[in-house]
Amino acid sequence: MASITFREVEGSSLKYWLLFGALGLFVLFGALAWNTMHHHGHVITGMDNQIVWGLPHVFAVFLIVAASGALNVASIASVFNKPMYKPLAPLSAILSLALLAGGLLVLVLDLGRSDRLIVAMTNFNLKSMFTWNVFLYSGFFALVGIYLWTMLDRSVKSWTKTAGTAAFLWRLILTTGTGSLFGFLISRELYGTGLLAPMFIIMSFAYGLAIYLMVLAAAYAWTGRPLGDAVMLRLKTLLAVFVAAVLYFVAVHHLTNLYFTKAHAVEAFILRDGGAITSLFWIGQILIGCVIPLVILLTALGRQRAWLMIACALVILGGIAQMYVTIIGAQAYPLDMFPGFKASSSFFDGEVHPYTPSTPELFLGLGGVAVALLMTTFAVKVLRLLPVSLDDATVAKLDQH
Amino acid sequence: MNELNTMTEQAPHSPERRRFVGAAAAVAGLAVVPGVMLYEVADARPEDQPASSAVRWGMLVDATRCASGCSDCVTACSTENGWTPVAQSEHPRQAPQWIRKLQLEDPLTQAQINLPMLCQHCAEPPCVDVCPTGASFKRADGIVLVNRHTCIGCRYCMMACPYKARSLVHEPLNDTQKPDVPRGMGCVEACTFCVQKIDRGDGTTACAEACAAAGHNAILFGDLNDPESEISKRLRELPTKQVRADLKLNLGVRYHGI
Repeated sequence: MASITFREVEGSSLKYWLLFGALGLFVLFGALAWNTMHHHGHVITGMDNQIVWGLPHVFAVFLIVAASGALNVASIASVFNKPMYKPLAPLSAILSLALLAGGLLVLVLDLGRSDRLIVAMTNFNLKSMFTWNVFLYSGFFALVGIYLWTMLDRSVKSWTKTAGTAAFLWRLILTTGTGSLFGFLISRELYGTGLLAPMFIIMSFAYGLAIYLMVLAAAYAWTGRPLGDAVMLRLKTLLAVFVAAVLYFVAVHHLTNLYFTKAHAVEAFILRDGGAITSLFWIGQILIGCVIPLVILLTALGRQRAWLMIACALVILGGIAQMYVTIIGAQAYPLDMFPGFKASSSFFDGEVHPYTPSTPELFLGLGGVAVALLMTTFAVKVLRLLPVSLDDATVAKLDQH
Repeated sequence: MNELNTMTEQAPHSPERRRFVGAAAAVAGLAVVPGVMLYEVADARPEDQPASSAVRWGMLVDATRCASGCSDCVTACSTENGWTPVAQSEHPRQAPQWIRKLQLEDPLTQAQINLPMLCQHCAEPPCVDVCPTGASFKRADGIVLVNRHTCIGCRYCMMACPYKARSLVHEPLNDTQKPDVPRGMGCVEACTFCVQKIDRGDGTTACAEACAAAGHNAILFGDLNDPESEISKRLRELPTKQVRADLKLNLGVRYHGI
């Protein structure tokens, strides 16, 4: 087996501390946003009794979904035994932990009573998908933590495959749980389908890998370590497959709805009449999130590092748009309590509900992203997560074994 | 009772007499039980007794009697339970509304229907299913409530409710709060079927009282489990519907004329 040297990032340069400081600033903004929301109540947000989950949920669910996807590279190495991916695995594991922590932080700080977190940790209703998610998140932290330990500590290295397999199976269940948060809701026309669980899994593959690729490229570029094309191009092809699969699931979801007359109105809202939601769907989710990245990844453009990074960034932006459409779009469309009747009331029944995110919501969400990146930035400084070199020659040696 | 007291005072430590006293008390207890049962149903429930599943509180709304433009039920609810009427709120989109008047129009025939919409007190409530902490719960007598102490404000119940019956308290509350209707910023709330009135033994809700006072009598409240209750009799006579009956949630609120 060709040996790979892992080494901590020195992290003493001005550039490192500038990055650290900038991320820290966003964490601080996030904390201030939470404090403001907690003090004044949700009245200062754009959320109301019609749009009950807003931008913080968009960020939180995106980060949680991306977290399980970021573990993919490690899973390919350990579970599917591809030696080429082994040097990439530790970063993959730490990134997934960091993204999950960031996402969960946003989720719990957006609670109406975020001071009652301990209640959520001590009172469980086992019929609630939310409760299941609490267990799934905790288990994910534990399993990926153990998995990371087996990768970093030679004395327990023989357990890597077992731990990796456990973490892989757990992440599949975890994302099933995240998708089912929405899939298990009967009341909204766009939810209440088992399709959301596998769809969220495939979305996680795409978002997680896109984030991973950007973090990997940034880490190597900023530390001056060599990162060859062999690794990047292999992952690029994988990303293309995942993005195409997301597109496929989205198409099946909407085509199924379009076949059912009762869902025509809500589909017309998302696909044609929904204003900002419709724009976010077609321009954000489909064009920016899927079509343009696919064009880049499947043509010669994708062979250039800069274009590959653009494709990854677009997948991430498209993913946030997709979450926005999934979470906000479904709530913006009014509940159809009396099919066949036009409803109106002081509680805005029968109307499309507008939503404009407020500044605190945006900064709370960005704070979660910053927490995830800050944790990763810190982890690569204190742990041996990154190989000294990932140039083509080093990687080629791995593949021969 | 006097006789028993005298006997126990005379020989407090005799085991035989103690047994006798016990048996006598049990017999006396049995004799009183039917009275207690009646008392429980018809009158205030003692604080140390749990709600009974012998009762299922429910509501019949006769939409054909619900007057257009009248919102007495809404006003009465807000007064009884201490929530600010939406017209007086600075943030109408975020203001809680425990009950609202819904206007329905058939686009084909222009036929109009008015009705109050509130928590339907489902027998199988989706809000209770999804609540992570168990703060959303259904009482034995069918009333669906939120435990103000364990609600964390996650709003998952609001996502799950097919009737948009729940509201989050978005801002600090003013001093309109009622001592027997606890509320709080960051918690979710909804119609409680005036549980404080039920437990006091009023046997009805503020909205039903207001509707009757206005002479409309469109809202009838009572025990669905009691075949002799007025609501049960009326439900036998009138054809009624459950809103979104396709969800099979077995609602505590039934509508006539929709």
